[in-house]
Amino acid sequence: MDYVWAFIVGGAICVVGQILMDATKLTTPRVLVILVLSGVILQALQIYQPIVDLAGTGARVPLPGFGYNLAKGAIEGVPQGLLGVITGGVKAAAGGISIAIGWGYLMALIFNPKSVR
Amino acid sequence: MDKKKQIEKKDISKAYSKYADRFTPKPKYFKNIIKAFVIGGALCAAAMWLENKFIASGNSQEDASAYVVIILIMAAQLLTGLGVFDTIAKHAGAGVIVPITGFANSMVAPALEYKKEGVVLGVGGKLFSLAGPVLVCGITSSILVGLIYLMLDKLGIG
Repeated sequence: MDYVWAFIVGGAICVVGQILMDATKLTTPRVLVILVLSGVILQALQIYQPIVDLAGTGARVPLPGFGYNLAKGAIEGVPQGLLGVITGGVKAAAGGISIAIGWGYLMALIFNPKSVR
Repeated sequence: MDKKKQIEKKDISKAYSKYADRFTPKPKYFKNIIKAFVIGGALCAAAMWLENKFIASGNSQEDASAYVVIILIMAAQLLTGLGVFDTIAKHAGAGVIVPITGFANSMVAPALEYKKEGVVLGVGGKLFSLAGPVLVCGITSSILVGLIYLMLDKLGIG
């Protein structure tokens, strides 16, 4: 059952992104920004946590999940005061951000651009 | 006189956008939505399978989640380097762009494109030309959210 919810919720978030890309004239980076921001805002209002509890990776793998992670980290840093708030968000998402930069740089150095087949 | 010219210019641009719309191919909404749903959903379900594998081998849920994200990002960036990701994205659309794989792709793709400008400003700089806005907006808003929660906490409301 977990897999079914992951499939449905993950698919639904992708559909929202697809509609944003097709129906509006928003460029892809703008759509990505909107999705991440919506994740942060939904988690700030504590709406996204129940979705994550229900769907697991279905809510955490799409980009709103990245926003959710950042917001969750920042909120969890509140007991440690100002420093906790500033470091909490990036700390929570550090694995993804670091590997995306490090591995991405390596990949870009190794490979050469190719045209779309 | 100047106003008249401005109005004329506006009319021309309006007429042009109308004219251009006639030749812009209409996206196949329904087909695209189905594809995005199935592929995006399948990716998330596969991620869950992987996460369960990590949990089964003795990792905490949070660690397993981080491993899955790392693997997805590495795979997407490798495929981008090989030039396969664009081909997949052409068919899958938002199904691979909305998941974290799209974010990973958006870093490597421009970096590859601007390789000629050098390894520091070309590859290193362009790595963030698309991902930068996402990181900036996400991190800034998360700090704001944290600050709001901190204030509520200090006021004794939160």
